[in-house]
Amino acid sequence: MSTVEHAPMSTQTTTTKPNVVARALAHPSVRGLGLVVALGILIIVGLITAGQRFGSLDNALTILRFAAVVGVVSVGMTFVITGGGIDLSVGALVALSSVWATTLATQTMAEDFHWIVMVGCALAVGSGAGLINGLLIAYGRIAPFIATLAMLAAARGLAEIIAQRRTQIVEVDGFLEVFGGDVIGIPVLVIMFALVAVAGWVLLNRTTFGRRTVAVGGNPEAARLAGIKVQRHTVLLYVLLGLACGIAAVMIVARTNTGSSTHGSLLELDTIAAVVIGGTLLSGGRGTIVGTVLGVLIFATLTNVFTLNNLDTSTQAVAKGAIIVAAVLLQQRIAGRSGAS
Amino acid sequence: MRSAIRPAHRPLRTIRRSPVLMAGGLLVATALLASCTSNEPAAEQDEAADAGSEGPAAADSDAPVESGEPVVIGFSGPEADHGWLAAINDSALAEAERYDDVELRVAEGTNDASLQISQIETFINDGVDAIVLLPTDGAALTDIAIQAMEAGIPVINVDREFSSPFAARTTILGDNYGMGISAGTYACGLIEENDISDPVIAEIAGIDALPLTQDRSEGFADALEECDQEVDNRVAAEFTVESGEAVASNLLQAAPRIDIIWNHDDDQGIGVKAAFDNAGRDEFFFIGGAGSANAMRWIQDGEMEATVLYPPTQAADGIRLARLIAQQNGMSDLVQPEVPRRIVLNAPVVTADNVEEYLPLGFES
Repeated sequence: MSTVEHAPMSTQTTTTKPNVVARALAHPSVRGLGLVVALGILIIVGLITAGQRFGSLDNALTILRFAAVVGVVSVGMTFVITGGGIDLSVGALVALSSVWATTLATQTMAEDFHWIVMVGCALAVGSGAGLINGLLIAYGRIAPFIATLAMLAAARGLAEIIAQRRTQIVEVDGFLEVFGGDVIGIPVLVIMFALVAVAGWVLLNRTTFGRRTVAVGGNPEAARLAGIKVQRHTVLLYVLLGLACGIAAVMIVARTNTGSSTHGSLLELDTIAAVVIGGTLLSGGRGTIVGTVLGVLIFATLTNVFTLNNLDTSTQAVAKGAIIVAAVLLQQRIAGRSGAS
Repeated sequence: MRSAIRPAHRPLRTIRRSPVLMAGGLLVATALLASCTSNEPAAEQDEAADAGSEGPAAADSDAPVESGEPVVIGFSGPEADHGWLAAINDSALAEAERYDDVELRVAEGTNDASLQISQIETFINDGVDAIVLLPTDGAALTDIAIQAMEAGIPVINVDREFSSPFAARTTILGDNYGMGISAGTYACGLIEENDISDPVIAEIAGIDALPLTQDRSEGFADALEECDQEVDNRVAAEFTVESGEAVASNLLQAAPRIDIIWNHDDDQGIGVKAAFDNAGRDEFFFIGGAGSANAMRWIQDGEMEATVLYPPTQAADGIRLARLIAQQNGMSDLVQPEVPRRIVLNAPVVTADNVEEYLPLGFES
């Protein structure tokens, strides 16, 4: 479906002619199968333990709305990780964008002119911070882990300074009406998530930009020799993720009616976890948007099932850890089988 | 590096123009964005500067205070990362401002226990006259507090209690267990008053790992037991707006009908309220905790039933006690000539009937 990979091992699979299941598993397009199974199991558990309360349309939308914010950032994160990088600053960028877009000054401008000002502000702040990340990493030659760690600290600090550590409540009606509303029963936030996911899938799988991302992540030196401007491409990847953070900030502001420097706390861990259990290689060179979306949905559904069953957050955290390990082990087994056979 | 392989015949114009344009564009964009960071209403910028420093502590009396022997007080607290803690700091600073004879040394707020320990060490080395300490973690700061006491510096322990009685001269704290009792007792009253049979009671806690959250929940459960009720659905958020919204929207799915909800913390309550509004649910009595100005305004508007106070003026009281202790005075309304060892603040329920009285104590989230 979405796994971007040239799979030379598939030729070997046919010669040894193992059973059909193993061959099917070896195919890149079914690599996401483990995730679908995991999600299926969660849904069955939800239906058994909570019945109609879990199975209702309302609940499905609750899960999707909950997944939307993490999902948008995770799609952006998939690009950066596929391109061989990592970004620890996403939560802080979401906080900074949400705060910047909801200051009294921005809100006054939005009321005088149009709520689009707030959206533009959030996207510009997110992309701008992403640009700084990208420049530091590509041209400053700072390791992504360090550059974005610095951005994490600085962006959250700046968010606190701007917000004066207060929660900024949004009074611009147009903004809340649009982003808090729905189109034929589907919440706007869920539609935004879907659009971002589809756009991400097309960009990664059907464009030169996507192929370059895989090439840069797989082997930057080879990519450079092939004529790809590796540094410029790296910058673009971080700008893209910054833009995703800006979109997520708009969504979080709409969900909570506020901008706050505490928004997006630990978002970096949630997104990296979703991307990695989705099947994107942490070392770069292989990425899957569908896997990422499934990963996000698994965590959101897990939280929902636990809440419906009135279980505490500590148990939930343990289950989360177990699922990450299980998903990665399962993928390794599948990958190992396809390589060995 | 790459310039080496750039074709030599590349037009000079594009090379020169693009960086200039880009830089210009960036400048304009930055200037536009930077103008958005202001949070002061344009006309009130000057007034705001004055009003900002005036915390809720100043509410009771602005009368000039008689000067005594000058004392130096060191104050250290956690990072003010949410409204309640910001109000704690603001009111402490405002309280110290009121006294000519108090020199306040404020350590940068931190959530790192080891940094806070080094701050207290600095206070000890400086030989301050008293230390007001709101520890990031009571147990972690106990040893250094004992060292300060042994060095002859009285320590006033605020909000989060030390694990040893030798670590503080005086302890002043809000009543977390009492908050739960107040909320639970009020809930029982609502059930009886409105004659709700088989009520569904939900609880939205704060960070579950903290003893204060456990105390609040224990108090709530104990009070509910008095009227033969129990918590049917319980979720825990993280004191942030975002987490409040997330757990509340899931909670609403878990319980199709709810009669009473107690939310531990009004800061996260903004998110909780947003989830209620998004889902269009208001069939329940919504009780809050801590007592933010927002919550009190909701109570005034009839959008919230009540909130249980957890006073953000504890550190301000701590400063006042530190001054009295350092000057070897007692509390004028007590017969005993010394400051008491332990002061537990009340956790009253704020409702539509008495909200006017408490509004000055409300803190902005």
